[in-house]
Amino acid sequence: MNTITSLHSDSRSGARRFARFFISELRPKGRLLTPFNLISGALVLTTIVLLVIRFTGGLGTITNLSQEVPWGLWIGFDVVTGVALAGGAYVITFMVYILRIEKYEPIVRVTVLNGFLAYVFYAGALLLDLGRPWNVINPIIGNSFGFSSVLFLVAWHFLLYMMAELLEFSPVIAEWAGWPKMRRRLHALTLGAVVLGISLSILHQSGLGALYLMARGKIHPLWYSEFIPVLFLVSSVFAGLSMVMIEGTISHKVFRDRVGKPLREGHDAIVIGLARICAGTMFAYLGLQVITFVHQGRAQWMGTGWGSWYLFEIIGLTLLPAIGFVIGAQRRNPAWIRAAAVFALLGVIINRLNVTVIGFQSNIPVRYVPSWQEIVVTLGVISAEIWVFRWVVNRMPVLDYHIPSRKRESGDSRVVTAA
Amino acid sequence: MKRRDVVRTLCVLSGSAAVGRDLRGRSKVARAAEVAPPSKTVIEPFEEPMAVLVDTTKCIGCRMCELACANENGLAEPPAKVDFSVPRKADETQWTVVNQYETSKGTVSIKTQCFHCLSPACASACLTKAMYKTSSGPVIWRGNKCMGCRYCMVSCPFDVPKFEYFSANPKIQKCQMCFERLSEGEVPACVSGCPAGALTFGPRSAMLEEGHKRIWSEPDEYVHSIWGEQEAGGTSWLYLSAVPFGEIGLRTDVGTEPYPALTKEFLYAVPFVLTLVPPLLLGISEATKRRDAGQEEEA
Repeated sequence: MNTITSLHSDSRSGARRFARFFISELRPKGRLLTPFNLISGALVLTTIVLLVIRFTGGLGTITNLSQEVPWGLWIGFDVVTGVALAGGAYVITFMVYILRIEKYEPIVRVTVLNGFLAYVFYAGALLLDLGRPWNVINPIIGNSFGFSSVLFLVAWHFLLYMMAELLEFSPVIAEWAGWPKMRRRLHALTLGAVVLGISLSILHQSGLGALYLMARGKIHPLWYSEFIPVLFLVSSVFAGLSMVMIEGTISHKVFRDRVGKPLREGHDAIVIGLARICAGTMFAYLGLQVITFVHQGRAQWMGTGWGSWYLFEIIGLTLLPAIGFVIGAQRRNPAWIRAAAVFALLGVIINRLNVTVIGFQSNIPVRYVPSWQEIVVTLGVISAEIWVFRWVVNRMPVLDYHIPSRKRESGDSRVVTAA
Repeated sequence: MKRRDVVRTLCVLSGSAAVGRDLRGRSKVARAAEVAPPSKTVIEPFEEPMAVLVDTTKCIGCRMCELACANENGLAEPPAKVDFSVPRKADETQWTVVNQYETSKGTVSIKTQCFHCLSPACASACLTKAMYKTSSGPVIWRGNKCMGCRYCMVSCPFDVPKFEYFSANPKIQKCQMCFERLSEGEVPACVSGCPAGALTFGPRSAMLEEGHKRIWSEPDEYVHSIWGEQEAGGTSWLYLSAVPFGEIGLRTDVGTEPYPALTKEFLYAVPFVLTLVPPLLLGISEATKRRDAGQEEEA
């Protein structure tokens, strides 16, 4: 996509040229009337109409939220689950920039892009849920810092993490726009952004669980424990990586002509490596679940319907996928791994929903069930995210980038050390 | 800029941790206050919060308190007649309700509202300090700060804060314990409106003494404890009862630990993680870099 490579000596003409380039890039590529476009377009349009109703008439007009269940699908799925599924970015950047495992370099850009967009859209969905969104600025500008609030921490971390992710992705934008000088400068900031991003991720992935610590007595005992933060953090690792694998598989089909050589050739090895990491993390997670099970005395619930649902989540959607990852990695069989990833992802989604929606206020007379409008808005948000993702992948060097010549970079650093 | 924010958050978080620990010494609190305003979820050590003692053996179920509350706070007038067979809950249009329960000692009437915890879960949950524990006792809601996230509702063990779901400018509705009347030296409207003498208002320690005195002088009349003395770390509304508290709709499963303690350990871990993880990551990154360079030299 390096159509514009000319250096701009005159900054004003450069800006004009970029504006022209940007406008030309805004034009859609490919056919417009595809089934996906029609369905997602309808979802986004309906979402916009629903949001107008919601912001004029109040949250009650389109949601089934109640005084007992103030957080529903939008928080429980969009924010809490969506952010867990976006955990791949901090794990992959850790492996590529901190551990410097070259094998995973071809997927780092697409993972960071996905992570960034997930935060923008799913954490952004938080704004739709706010009753008084015009005051959202309060905890940011500092006239009212609620330091004792886990939500304060989570909100700030979302904001900072989005900036870190944008910074990590910015060299790609600079490449696309044809700003080599800017690219070098932004690239120099990557390690700092990665370190910050990982630290923030550790805290807000667990923080999303800590949000529910004060809801003791409202969450079913099979899902409430003081270990929720640790469980959320550990499960975000394999949730994120499973998402990376599934998303990678889909991207390879949909954006076939955009996939570059390193990614095409390395993809199976990457998937097998990720499967090993997933399996390891999942067994650690299951160990934590066993400790929690004993500590919380959960055996007493095993005879009930809730107990079966719990075992389905732990055995059916965590233990079995973990075994699936092991088998898939041993046989070097991507099909096994992909199937395991789908079930592992489902397990994390069910787990987050059990804490936030299904097991939340489970003994009140009128149970919360999301309204169709809540579901449509959720799907609309996802559709909009896919649009932006597709737009970026089709234009910027995300899937087709060639590993920036390591030789030259390390050569540069050697010059710096010598100087 | 980000780093500065992180550092500032670190300073203030560790500062507020120090406030929590050194409540005994005033000078320390004052010094810490230069770093961060002291956390209002913890009551000031030298100020006495006010409280209301509810003697349910005296309550006649006339619901005059409901009316006084509605008049004082500009709420809709409570319904003239209510069906006592179904326990009601205070909601976004009515901050206090009287319920009647058939118990082993006959019909008992009880007024409920926000209990104004000493360490309120709602106030510690609030990321804008819109929910605010005042030093005089009331937990109040401040609309100019609230962003309507409803985390207070998730956190409150009593499901007290109520949200206006059908408003484009929704408010959190709950009993404010007549905060403004209190600051003018008056008693809450419901207390002054009670014709049966079931409600007594005063400093919390005096209300506890009064409650224990009544139990002591008439041991057969009362259950031998005061609800709210320990519940959820203590509340500013204290209840005397002739029957076990569970029989008259009061929660007995909230424990005696303040709810904010449930997230305290997590929040205390934050500055440590932010201090220790970045250098660790940079160290690992440095180590892997050297290995890379070494390999290249070999090659």
